[in-house]
Amino acid sequence: MQAVEGPRTELLERLRAQVAAKEARIRPCPYPVPAELAALLPDGGLKAGAAYSLAASGALLLALLAEPSREGHWCGVVGMPEFGAEAAGHAGIALDRLALVPDPGDQWLASTAALTEALPVVAVRPPGRVGEGEAARLMSRLRDRGGVLLVHGPWPRAEAQLSLGAVRWSGVGDGHGHLTSREVTVTVSTRRTPVPRSARLVLPTPDGRLARLAEPVPVEQRLGLMAVG
Amino acid sequence: MGGDRCLVLWFPGWAVTAWAMSEGTDPAAPIAVVAANRVVACSPEASAEGVVTGMRKREAQSRCPNLAVLAVDEARDVREFSAVVDCIERLSPGVQVVRPGVCALRSRGFAGYVGSEAEAAEVLLEAVVTGLGVTTGRVGVADGLFAALQAAYAGDPVRIVPAGGSPAFLAPLPVSRLGDESLSALLPRLGVHTLGDFAALGGDAVRDRFGQHGQRLHTLASGLDPSRVQPRVPPPELTRQLEFEPPLALIDQVAFTIKATVEDFIAGLTAAGLACTELRVEITGELDELVARSWLTPGVFEAAAVIDRVRWQLQAAAGSRLHSAVTGVRLEPVVVDALANHVPGLFGSGTDERVHHVLSRVQGMLGHDGVVTPRIGGGRWLAERQVLVAWGDRPSVGQGSGEAPVARPWPGMVPDPLPASVFTEPRPVQVLAADGSPVTLDERVRLSGPPAVLRDGDARLRVLNWAGPWPVDERAWDPARHRCASRFQVVDEAGTGWLLVLQGARWWAEARYD
Repeated sequence: MQAVEGPRTELLERLRAQVAAKEARIRPCPYPVPAELAALLPDGGLKAGAAYSLAASGALLLALLAEPSREGHWCGVVGMPEFGAEAAGHAGIALDRLALVPDPGDQWLASTAALTEALPVVAVRPPGRVGEGEAARLMSRLRDRGGVLLVHGPWPRAEAQLSLGAVRWSGVGDGHGHLTSREVTVTVSTRRTPVPRSARLVLPTPDGRLARLAEPVPVEQRLGLMAVG
Repeated sequence: MGGDRCLVLWFPGWAVTAWAMSEGTDPAAPIAVVAANRVVACSPEASAEGVVTGMRKREAQSRCPNLAVLAVDEARDVREFSAVVDCIERLSPGVQVVRPGVCALRSRGFAGYVGSEAEAAEVLLEAVVTGLGVTTGRVGVADGLFAALQAAYAGDPVRIVPAGGSPAFLAPLPVSRLGDESLSALLPRLGVHTLGDFAALGGDAVRDRFGQHGQRLHTLASGLDPSRVQPRVPPPELTRQLEFEPPLALIDQVAFTIKATVEDFIAGLTAAGLACTELRVEITGELDELVARSWLTPGVFEAAAVIDRVRWQLQAAAGSRLHSAVTGVRLEPVVVDALANHVPGLFGSGTDERVHHVLSRVQGMLGHDGVVTPRIGGGRWLAERQVLVAWGDRPSVGQGSGEAPVARPWPGMVPDPLPASVFTEPRPVQVLAADGSPVTLDERVRLSGPPAVLRDGDARLRVLNWAGPWPVDERAWDPARHRCASRFQVVDEAGTGWLLVLQGARWWAEARYD
């Protein structure tokens, strides 16, 4: 009995490994995100052919664009005239692979659809409410091309919603100092996981990037001046 | 015997004439063109003052104090000389450009047609004078290119050496005319002063002493120049021009009418094996307006892209620089490249090619400035540091040439981290103190009170923390661009950071940390 059991489990293991390898080949590899955010997202990255809805467009968007850009992908930003290019450069986005369409006006959907043809990661801020039909047409195109859409604002049938909360800036006081870093709670709620996941992160750090919040270091109580002698 | 009868046209001091032609001025003033601190060409007025070629720049200036000194520009010389060659080619084909300022042609055919060699020379000189207004031309006709060139240098406007007379004509000329520095220094020391003396030496002796090069010069000196005129192939005409009669008033009409011309323009380039990467479009209006600009593309211009460029140029110019109907469009390729470098690959084109197609399509929808790529330049204000370059245009700042390089220190610049949202137009806001009065600065940069409330449009946000003022005072030397303001950083109750600017008594939001 035991002699039969051994080869069988081995065979099963081998078959499972083969199936997993096939599946991995069929399923498109997700676009990378920083490790701090990967833990929150269901696929550990931005899933190709999906749309993500962001509650804020600033540093969070830059952090999401940075990793795909570093991998050599082109990024597009539609309808955000105030996109801070220098901060984007500091966040790690390659500016020579970044195309901006600051004011598409009524043509925002057509521009976005065109950009998704060749740019794998496109961020967009719709000027108003987005209809289900419009969104579905764009999404089918996106699935076909294997791109990712990052939307500032609500989006029908988004893969995940990312929001920021409990913001605390450090470095600035009442009339002194300057903004150095920001602690935020990033919350990701998806259709698949009913319970939102969240993490406390530093976004941006003093050099404009994303980092895990360092454990608070206990400050050694130092003695004041003492009269001696 | 030597080569066939040659006719050489020489334009003394061509560099000066070329400069005058490109600048559209009259070369009547004393002008000298200088290369490596030596005069290489000068105008007749400068020669009259005693400036000669080969003279040092300072010496030339001391002889002629009002001398205008120009740097040598070979590209300009060649460019302007092509107009002269075109002018001559209209009368007689088969022109060889020896160097800018000197061209040669076979005299037999043209002289036979006009009547005599003297008349042929007169006709050619006259054509250049009437066509381009260049009066400095001289002609030499002789057997062989070298002798004809020496005849042109002889000083008369037209000098004709009779057939078979080249050796006798060359004999009294100094050996320096061979144009070989080491030989013209050495031969006089050997007692050989003229070309005739040099030609009288035995051919074998010259070859033994001076090698093959010396033997060739010996043949030239003997008037037996074997080289023939090698006519240039006239370059194909790539520029296309279309006149509208009657003038067209609608952009769509222009775009539709030029379609055939643009396709012909692209076909002409393709037939020549060329791909256009920079294009100049000139649009003329009924009121003699000229709207011209150059367009670049990272790829290759195709017919649809050229029509788009014409359309964009008309849209940008309409109402501002163009107030009348369009009478003509001229397309000129500025930079061309071998077509072979732009052939799509066998297995599809690369990512960047696809990106270019898509971005060009979006530009077609939104206009040329609809798609931009950011570059970081210098400056103290965030909005002026990010330079948005339309897709396909050449960036004017950055690593290349630019007036505000990013690498310089910019005191007064905001410290890191930089705000993720920068308002291209400053956004008007209000900052109020706790008692509701607007916060101001006095002349000693003291605040009237700590900021307590930020009003952004209708929103009324409580200020949690703030820092500042940080004065920025720039370009105090330029009254038009002088700017003096104070910056603040403010965190509102929602946790959003703001970069505010107080200029005079008005508050603006420059950027937002979100």
